[in-house]
Formats: sequence, structure tokens, C-alpha cells
Amino acid sequence: MTNTAVHINNLSVYYGQTPALTGVCLDVADGDYLGIIGPNGGGKSTLLKAILGLVPVSEGTVQIYGKSPGKSRALVGYVPQFAAMDRRFPITLLEVVLTGRLKQGLTPFRFTAKDKEIAHELLERVGIGSLANRQIAKLSGGEFQKMLIARALAVNPRLLLLDEPTASVDAVSRDQIYGLLAELNQNMTIILVTHDLLAISSQVHRLACLNGRLVYHGEPELTGNIVNNLYGCPVDLIAHGVPHRVLKEHGEGNQID
Amino acid sequence: MIKALFEYQFLQNAFFAGILASVVCGIIGVIIVEKKLVMMSGGIAHTSYGGVGLGYLMGFEPIIGAFLFAICAALGIGYIKRKGGARSDVVIGLFWSLGMALGILFIALMPGYPPDLSSYLFGSILSVTKSDLYLMISITLIVILVIVSLYSYWKAYLFDEEFALIIGLKTAFMEYLLLVLVAMTVVVLIRVVGIILVLALLTAPAATAGMLTSNLKNRMLYAILFGIVFCLAGLWISYALNIASGAAIVFIAVMCYFLFYIVHTFFLKLNRKSIAAATGKS
Repeated sequence: MTNTAVHINNLSVYYGQTPALTGVCLDVADGDYLGIIGPNGGGKSTLLKAILGLVPVSEGTVQIYGKSPGKSRALVGYVPQFAAMDRRFPITLLEVVLTGRLKQGLTPFRFTAKDKEIAHELLERVGIGSLANRQIAKLSGGEFQKMLIARALAVNPRLLLLDEPTASVDAVSRDQIYGLLAELNQNMTIILVTHDLLAISSQVHRLACLNGRLVYHGEPELTGNIVNNLYGCPVDLIAHGVPHRVLKEHGEGNQID
Repeated sequence: MIKALFEYQFLQNAFFAGILASVVCGIIGVIIVEKKLVMMSGGIAHTSYGGVGLGYLMGFEPIIGAFLFAICAALGIGYIKRKGGARSDVVIGLFWSLGMALGILFIALMPGYPPDLSSYLFGSILSVTKSDLYLMISITLIVILVIVSLYSYWKAYLFDEEFALIIGLKTAFMEYLLLVLVAMTVVVLIRVVGIILVLALLTAPAATAGMLTSNLKNRMLYAILFGIVFCLAGLWISYALNIASGAAIVFIAVMCYFLFYIVHTFFLKLNRKSIAAATGKS
């Protein structure tokens, strides 16, 4: 059994002629909690999709617990950016979480009582058990995000990938999500993509900075130099006393959060 | 009309055709509305006109030609969309026009007087034959079987296709299968409302049902019921006033949608106002 959860060697991904990632080498140990930061378009989500096998790899290799992404899907849970999802779709929280219990292939299938029990337990675990039968259209951003985490956990993964799970959620929900992830990290490897520069250092074990290539990979302490190199220009971590990133050399209105 | 329904075979055929069309519309209509495939369904429907023309030219049943063209269009549009490199609305538009153009060309190549194609373009539920009914029954059963037996998979696919792929569902196969089901549904509807009016019967019952319930399964059941009401009311008006049946069905369907939309919006605003008032008081 390998103790490397994710092994990425010289990974390059192109969208048409445009490079999204070039020459990325990254190892994530089993049980690690890796945070990935970087500017918009820096390739963070693309890296997650390469790990999931959702984008064609132009060069290099990706291995999950020693297997190719296509053969390791049962090991991986994924929490996508919820802003891109259809929140008006007629489905309840419980039904969404149950989709994580679907079996591969396409044979007639009914969820068992055990599946439903697991889904209820997961909703309780993320703190929204009382909303199980509520339509997703009636959820707040934080509740929606917790539901997506519960769905990812329904797969029973060893590796959990999260794409900006604290974006557009309030401070209370954000803290709850970070608390939940710390708890989950006791049993699984976590890779977290985020723009939350202030909180990231205190949450993760290791940090990777992406801007088309891997700018930094190491201890999670985030220095001004790392951030400035990453974003290509000087950046303030605090604006108006709240964790915003503001380009120092740009005028008003250039806030990049 | 009820007395006539028991007397005349053509009215009985029309009645059953309306029921069958409502069932497939209710199921597939809700899916295409939720999956935002309405224009793609329009493209598939209009491409089938080429098959109608080919059927007349080559001397086989035009509805079989429509069926083959609709399947080819579904798979062709789906393939190009999936492979990328072209915008799906462009591809849909091109298939749409090509099918219509081929239909016109095939008819023009026929010797002698051209046949009357209005029943395929605008539907003619009163001229549905026994063989049409058998084809419609077969297609309806296939649609019900495929959707009901794989319902949990369809729900996962419709809500989040990317996640469905990640957990190992064959999403490419599901997409092609769905498009083939749309093509089959279009063929059922061609005899009822015609190629040009197909979109209204696919979307109006589903969209109206969407205003009444937030449960996908109930939405399909409501859409089937709405479809039945629209088809039978249109049939009755068509019989009573001796007007085109397809147009009557579509007119009722679209008017009911707008009526529900107005009432729904009114109650939504009323509800918001009462919530705002209650919040203000507390």
C-alpha cells in the first residue's frame, strides 16, 4: 500500500492552445491536508479536474494511491464550486446526498434502507440533518455547501477534493466548514482550493501556490513574498479589517476577491 | 363529442394518440426543460422533416423516415457538442435548416404532383391510423421503461453531470440515450401537433407543472396530466369548430402556461409582501 495519496509528475494541461498548467510536480502524502491558492485562471480548479481525470492531460502523469484517475474514482470525493450549479433543480438535500451512493454502471437500481441511513447520518454530521427533505432551492449558501460535502462523503472517499467550499458563505458557516474539514482530515486526505488567504495558513498542513505553474509548495505560513510572487504584483492581505486581497499598486475598484 | 368518440374509429385513435403523446411529453418534456435541451429538441424535430421527404421520394412510410432522421440528428448534434470545437447552438441551427432543406429537395425530386405535407408540419391527430398508434405505443413503452428503471441515475445526471461522471456513471452514454429518447418522443408528437409545433407540447406541460411542484417525479406526473387536458381540449375544439387540431392543442397549451404564469407570479408577489409585512411587524 502506497503512502502517497496523490503523485503528480510534470503535469501540463492545455485548453486548446492556451496552457492552464505547465510542468507541475506535486506529491500529497496520505493523511495530508493541502491548501491550494492562486489567482483566478491560475489553474487551481484545473489541477483538481486533472486529479479527477476530467480534463485531458497534455503531458505528465497523475496517480491517486498508485492508480490512474480513471481507476481511482471510488477513492475520491469531490466538492465542486457551488456557484456553477443549478440551484433551482427540483431535488431535496437527501436525494442529492443519495446520488453519492449510486453504483457504477447503468442497471436498474433502488437505494437501500442502509443507503438512506448513511445519507441521513452524513447530513447530521455536516450539521443540516433537520433539512433532509428540504428542496435545494430553499437553502442558504452555507447549507448548500455543506450538502455538497455530505454528498462527497457519501462516496466514502480516502481523498477529498474541495473547490472553494467557503466562497460566498457567511463567516459562521465558513468556520463550521473549516471545523468539519479538520475533523474529516483525521480519516482522509484533503486537498482544498481556496481564495481565503487569511484563514488557509491556520487550517492546512501544507500549502501549494499555483499560477499556471507551481510557484510554492511547503509549509503553510504565508509570507508577503510568496503572495506577491504568486499574484505577480504586491498584495495586501487585509483591507478594511477584513480578509480581502487588494492589489496595492492598482486604483480603486481593482479588488480581486 | 363523447357520443362520437364511441362511434368513430378515427376519434378513438385520436383520443389514444393524445394520451400517448401526453405521457411521453410529460416525462421527456420535464427532462429537456430541466436539462435546457429545448432548442436541441427543436433541432431534432425539424431535421426529421428531411426523413418525411425521403419517405415520400423512396416510397416508404414517411414517419419511419422522420424517425431515422430524428435519431441521426440526435446522435450527430450530441456527438459534435460533446467533441467540442463548435458551439452547440450553431450546430443545432445547421441541423435544423439542413433537415428542412432536404425535405423540400426530396419532395421537389418526386415525379408528378407533390404530396400534402401539412399533416406532418402541423399535425393531424384526427388522421392517426392503427399502425401509427402501434408505433406510438411501442415508443411510449420504451421511454417509460428507460426513464423509470434508471430514474435514480437520471436524477443524478440531470442535477450534476460532472459529479455523475466522477462517481463512474456513463454520462456520455446517458446523453446519447436521452437524445435518442427525445428523437423518439418527437416522432410520437409529429402525428399529434406536427414538426413545427412539437416544441410547444414538449415544453408547455412541463413548464406549467414546474410552477406547481418542486418534486421531479410529481412534476412529470403533473406534466402528463396537463398534456392530457391540453390534447383532449384541443381535440374537442378541433372537432367542434372544424379547425386544425395541432394548432388548437398548442394554442390551449401555451395559453394555459401564460395563465398559470400570471397567477403564479401574482401569488408569489403576494406571498413576499405578506412575509415582508410579518418581518416588519416583528
